[in-house]
Amino acid sequence: MNNDEFNADLLKRSPGSPRTLFGILMTGLTFLSAGIALLPLVAVIGFVIAKGGSRIKLGVFTELPPTAYQVDGGGFGNAIQGTIILVVIAALISIPIGVLAAVYLTEFGKGTKLADWIRFFTNVLSGVPSIIVGVFAYGVIVLNLKNLGIGNGYSTFAGGFALSILMLPIIVRATEESLKLVPPEVRQAAVGLGATNFQTVSWVVLPAALPAIITGTTLAIARAAGETAPLLFTALFSQYYLPLSEKGPNALYEPTASLAVLVYNFATRPFENQKELAWAASLILVLMVLLTSIISRIATSRKVY
Amino acid sequence: MLNLKSLFQQSPITSPMTVNKSNVNQTEPVLRAENVDIYYGDFLAVKGISMDIPKNRITAFIGPSGCGKSTLLRCYNRLNDLIKIFRIGEQSKIYYHNQNLYAPDIDPVEVRRRIGMVFQKPNPFPKSIYDNIAFGPRLNGYKGDMDELVERSLRGAALWDEVKDKLKQSGLSLSGGQQQRLCIARAIAVQPDVILMDEPCSALDPISTLRVEDLLHELKEQYTIVIVTHNMQQASRVSDMTAFFNVEPTDKGGRMGYLVEYDRTEVIFQSPKEESTREYVSGRFG
Repeated sequence: MNNDEFNADLLKRSPGSPRTLFGILMTGLTFLSAGIALLPLVAVIGFVIAKGGSRIKLGVFTELPPTAYQVDGGGFGNAIQGTIILVVIAALISIPIGVLAAVYLTEFGKGTKLADWIRFFTNVLSGVPSIIVGVFAYGVIVLNLKNLGIGNGYSTFAGGFALSILMLPIIVRATEESLKLVPPEVRQAAVGLGATNFQTVSWVVLPAALPAIITGTTLAIARAAGETAPLLFTALFSQYYLPLSEKGPNALYEPTASLAVLVYNFATRPFENQKELAWAASLILVLMVLLTSIISRIATSRKVY
Repeated sequence: MLNLKSLFQQSPITSPMTVNKSNVNQTEPVLRAENVDIYYGDFLAVKGISMDIPKNRITAFIGPSGCGKSTLLRCYNRLNDLIKIFRIGEQSKIYYHNQNLYAPDIDPVEVRRRIGMVFQKPNPFPKSIYDNIAFGPRLNGYKGDMDELVERSLRGAALWDEVKDKLKQSGLSLSGGQQQRLCIARAIAVQPDVILMDEPCSALDPISTLRVEDLLHELKEQYTIVIVTHNMQQASRVSDMTAFFNVEPTDKGGRMGYLVEYDRTEVIFQSPKEESTREYVSGRFG
């Protein structure tokens, strides 16, 4: 078009042109895919609520699992207790180690060969199947406890240890990513004021990265709470509550029930009452994970960078 | 160990050193660079700098990009130590009150507590305004009245009236100019001897820039200030001494910065000895 005449029609929308149609098609496709991606989550939660919701009574939180011939009643109070204790043990082991390892990777060992190797092996660890982690915990903790004559080796502690190994790489990676987001200028400011490396990290960098670290940790906890395989031959299962009030910390050397293993056990049994409880336990497990995520979201809604 | 308090109270007029050297409008040197070469790996980035920074004066470093003025500035408080490949020449010495800062027994952390830094981009901590100021004193185990120190530092940086009602708010909630003055307040809260400023106004609008410049004039009564600036008017407005750096290509294809001329600011801007200085300050290159 030279400067002879201006054709305003060329600026107008042409609904039938291939370009417009292709755009609409692709936009629709992405929307559809997003919907499909969401579908499993909605379906799982809906299914679990439909199947397990009706079985949720006060009793399931307090009573012990029913035997095969108990036609109704029973619950999984001990499994809720067990899952919480397992996750707490796993968190106590993996959070300090994971966060400090990430601090080393980003703050002190940055660019060194050692840091590169640690990062690589952390990534490898996150890809190790959870059943292998269970076998490892069996070999390292269960067998050794047995040899030392502490119970029969199958123990809450061994289960927590196995879960901590699954949590570790998630925490290292989440923490490393969040530490990387803290601008280098802020570190320089602290160093420029005469802070040592350690003071810079503990007073400035970690507090700034804390919300993101907590989010990553919650993800790791959610993952660990739902794991079954590593518990099958470490924490085993128990029909009873952990005898914490009688034995104190020594109770951790005994096997414990957990929601995940309870679901695994009961879902495959032919007895209706136990099957129903498996659905109810699934629902509680999902809600526990959801609740943890929501609480951490609220607690860390303040974004720093 | 240097007694900082006594340094503060010592007026330059009564200092015996001042009397000896009063002939050139100059006080005793606080920082002295002697034949400073700066390497990044094997690459010589800055060559052969020798200059004295006088006490209670504002010294400006000017020069084209890449001439090494910021690099040199960061040598004065050993902030370059953070860069792994950074290295200072073996014969190079930087004296601070006659103590070589690069002597092996010097702790860089102690150096930085006495020689503060204000950066190009305002970089407040993601903490409250109060905690931003209190950070440095807490590091040093400050035992006095923290509220009073925070107020004094904020007043010193001409920020108190704007923030006195919102000390608990995040430092990041302030405007860019306010953030930079917060950073200056944070730097003076540790009661340093020297303040290094690396283009402190380059991210600020002209009004904020003027406020910071006014502040510099007040600060120099208590502190020795070294400022890197790309803004020639700023150098001529605020500084007492000006150092002009230039950069030239090396045989190996790199670029090497060097000191061209260092004199009183009036001399640099009105009757420089070197032709390249004249061209640079009159805006003909760079």
